Amino acid sequence: MAENASNAGPEPGSRVTIGITFGNSNSSIAYTTDSKAEVIADEAGDRQIPTVLSYNDGDEYYGGQAKAFLVRQPKITIAYFRDFLGQDFKSIDPTHCHAAAHPEDTSGTVSFSVKDKEEESSTLSVSEVSTRFMRRLVSAASDYLGKKVTSAVITVPTSYTEKQREALIKAANDAGLEILQLIADPVAAILAYDARPEADISDKIVVVADLGGTRSDVTVVASRGGMYTILATAHDFDFAGVHLDNALMEHFAKEFMKKHNTDPRSNPKSLAKLRLEAEATKKALSLGSNAQFSVESLADGYDFSVSINRIRYEMVGRKVFDGFNRLVEGAVKKAGLDVLDVDEVVMCGGTSHTPRIANNLRGIFPETTTIQAPATSTTAINPSELQARGAALQASLIQEYEAADIEQSTHPAVTTVKHIANAIGVVTGENGDVFLPIMPAETAVPARRTVQIPTPAEGGDVLVRVVEGGTHIKVTKPEPKPAKEASDDKEDDEDDSDFDSDEEEEEEKREKIWKIGGELAEAAIRGVKKGGKVEVTINVAADLGVTVTAREVGAKGGVRGQI
Amino acid sequence: MALPLLPADWSADKDFKRLNALSSASERTIEPVGPHFLAHARRARHKRTFSEDDRIQAQEKARKTEDVDDGEISEPEDPMDLQREAKDWKTQDHYKILGLSKYRWKASEDQIKKAHRKKVLKHHPDKKAAQGSTEDDQFFKCIQKATEVLLDPVKRRQYDSVDEEADVDPPTKKLTGKDFYKAWSKFFKAEARFSKEHPVPTFGDENASKEHVEDFYNFWYNFDSWRTFEYLDEDVPDDNENRDQKRHVERKNANARKKKKAEDNMRLRKLLDDASAGDERIKRFRQEANAAKNKKKADREAAEKKAIEDAKAKKEAEEKAKAEAEEKAKAERESSKKAKEAAKNAVKKNKRVLKGSVKDANYFAEGDASAAQVDAVLNDVDLVQGKIDPDEIAALANKLNGLKVSGEIKSVWSDEVKRLVEAGKLKEGDAKTLA
Ligand SMILES: Nc1ncnc2c1ncn2[C@@H]1O[C@H](COP(=O)(O)OP(=O)(O)OP(=O)(O)O)[C@@H](O)[C@H]1O
Repeated sequence: MAENASNAGPEPGSRVTIGITFGNSNSSIAYTTDSKAEVIADEAGDRQIPTVLSYNDGDEYYGGQAKAFLVRQPKITIAYFRDFLGQDFKSIDPTHCHAAAHPEDTSGTVSFSVKDKEEESSTLSVSEVSTRFMRRLVSAASDYLGKKVTSAVITVPTSYTEKQREALIKAANDAGLEILQLIADPVAAILAYDARPEADISDKIVVVADLGGTRSDVTVVASRGGMYTILATAHDFDFAGVHLDNALMEHFAKEFMKKHNTDPRSNPKSLAKLRLEAEATKKALSLGSNAQFSVESLADGYDFSVSINRIRYEMVGRKVFDGFNRLVEGAVKKAGLDVLDVDEVVMCGGTSHTPRIANNLRGIFPETTTIQAPATSTTAINPSELQARGAALQASLIQEYEAADIEQSTHPAVTTVKHIANAIGVVTGENGDVFLPIMPAETAVPARRTVQIPTPAEGGDVLVRVVEGGTHIKVTKPEPKPAKEASDDKEDDEDDSDFDSDEEEEEEKREKIWKIGGELAEAAIRGVKKGGKVEVTINVAADLGVTVTAREVGAKGGVRGQI
Repeated sequence: MALPLLPADWSADKDFKRLNALSSASERTIEPVGPHFLAHARRARHKRTFSEDDRIQAQEKARKTEDVDDGEISEPEDPMDLQREAKDWKTQDHYKILGLSKYRWKASEDQIKKAHRKKVLKHHPDKKAAQGSTEDDQFFKCIQKATEVLLDPVKRRQYDSVDEEADVDPPTKKLTGKDFYKAWSKFFKAEARFSKEHPVPTFGDENASKEHVEDFYNFWYNFDSWRTFEYLDEDVPDDNENRDQKRHVERKNANARKKKKAEDNMRLRKLLDDASAGDERIKRFRQEANAAKNKKKADREAAEKKAIEDAKAKKEAEEKAKAEAEEKAKAERESSKKAKEAAKNAVKKNKRVLKGSVKDANYFAEGDASAAQVDAVLNDVDLVQGKIDPDEIAALANKLNGLKVSGEIKSVWSDEVKRLVEAGKLKEGDAKTLA
């Protein structure tokens, strides 16, 4: 936050704040009322506002209108530029700009040349482009709220470098917008869920699958009492929304070619139409089981209209869908975890609307894992809105702070914190061999957790053994079924191979097993009454000192000790 | 699950026993987001002000979660590759195109994606054009093709199946000793990439146990390979063209794959034969097994022989003992017969002495002994004789022998009678003539 601290922003009391997501494909703006976040629609009614600017006859268009120009006027239309901000020309991937204004190399920095005034062309740096786009977002929000928006929290990818953050803040400041804070995309999504009044702020491992248009980002987060620690991230530019578009484009192009013997991909305008309609069809297939693809004069003057059902689409896009699965599994592995460790998957980004993707993840994770996506959960929040909402909520949380205060509060000296490496818990069970976790691994300290544990039926004196615990995954191969050799009739024998393969498909059983680790302390609770419970509190200080408190629920006294 | 009962022998001061400190912890970055973080920040700041130095220090401590480009996946580009035509993609080395030639089938999907992105950043034709270069987009298309193949698990397996660059040549037959094991190990390690089953047993070295070697050959002689040969298919003509032609090519391809697969299985089998033929370990194990077997056989034969000999010796000994016993018995029998006869003779002789003695004593008569006297005396002698055993007869005879004087003879006899009466063998008054 050092970058904007010096920028004398508005007084905290007079701020009007919003949350912004500024994506390569789409941007969103959100605000809070009564600590509830709402996403704002722009003048065109879009809540996902395409991150596109277009210049035509000296007029500037943005969002959906500008995106429409990609068909007729690609050269004056600037799109997919967010990732270029704060980057040298040599480090950018111009792939998605191919059917729009091409990025240019201006002594190593990135710029675009567009005819932004009636007569002359300008070379606009990517920073300038971002500022102009941001200005439009702010004005849309100000119009909606009826007051000038002064400040914002913007979400950024976890991979954003310091240089990119600085460039984004500068671009926003140049648009007259104070940046209160940049927060990580996936964390904003989690916050949007955790801020719901009914949310249960428990200790959980959350995987955020942010599946956007040009990139997919998966983040594994340890969520511990409402505090978030990123354990691993994976970024992918090979499996994202546009790749589903591409698959559909190929499908429809081939269909078209069957009829008209011409490839709509061979002409840029046809290609742009194909792409726009393929994307629309794809979105329609997230909701319905059938969609119509229809384009007027797709190529060679032929109109084209065909329908496609969801099953067909899921076949067409299978490789991309499989790619998402592997990406998510890879991220979990990278965090040193197993799918069995994951409590919740938060799906965000536009592509997360796709039912197949959510259903695939449903299949990968155990049943106990919540998959937060429209297709798998009735309480899911619109994946396209999560991050903007999270940003708005964060903005409302900190809008009262002085800029310098925010800078100090988010300083790495504050955010760099010791995390316990192993779970802490107590040993239960008649034989004293079952680990009951109280404070999970990767909890930031200081931290405190309390549990109530039953005692043997008759009560009496009980032992509280405080230990560390770890997990491992136990794999049980299915019992090979005895070969049914004595088959009743001969005919059956010939089909046996088919049955065999069925048997092979029977899955191995995977379980998470707790293992008791190092012993920390023991305490005795004496004379517990019949049916009584013991309350154990573990308190880990910032210096990793552990305090254990144990007492019978409802009784006086108890034992307390430090390790 | 309930808490366990307190063991009877458990005790501690104030009922609390401290054991070990927490084993470990790591420094990580918590996200400065949400209401709970704000509470944390208030506590952590504690009215302090942190500086730029603090920032750097803290950032250095914190565990990183973003990958940094360590340059691992960059190899110099081959000028020949840069000249490639995209239409020849089937013959291109996809790994080399992406700069992953030292990884090949071992490259992770993540590495492939990163390598791809690196190449895109460098070779995207729009960038080249923006920089005024007129380079065509052929190499870029090669990159895209390589990525398309390598990021598709099915296509990647097909390509990996025929990626000769990943092959390790089997060793020549001449290799021996350590080199033999090293070379075959390397070969089978490369070959193991085709295994459906994992882990794959390794070839091992000269010290490998018999079990290891047997496991190895067992596994490999039953090798279950995923290798396929679609990649070498002849291009199938498009849908729109002649259907028959299409079907024909498809059938041809299917047959060719089957054949190549069979050949590949044979190749492996042959190489396994080669490896095992030159494998000194197998010879050694066989020799050891033979030696053990021979020893067992010899032992068994020796034992059998010994048993026979023992039995024979035992029988002989038994027979000998029997013969000896018989001999002895016979001798004894004979000697006892002689002794008996001798005794009989002695008795006879002694009896003659006894009778002779009374005759010498003139039947204890003064003058000529009457026939009645003689009879009475001889009867009494017979009586006494009948009451005593041969030894006593002999002893009596001994005493009588040489005695000529009637009185003396008489006193011997009367002593004897007296003794016999005392012994209860004779009654008082018996053998009156001798008393
Ligand atoms: N209902 C829907 N069903 C399927 N896909 C959708 C849906 N809505 C949006 N998308 C797709 O989501 C993608 C855009 O995602 P998002 O709005 O999250 O963009 P973004 O964050 O700017 O992405 P990026 O930065 O990765 O380009 C597009 O590919 C779009 O087609």
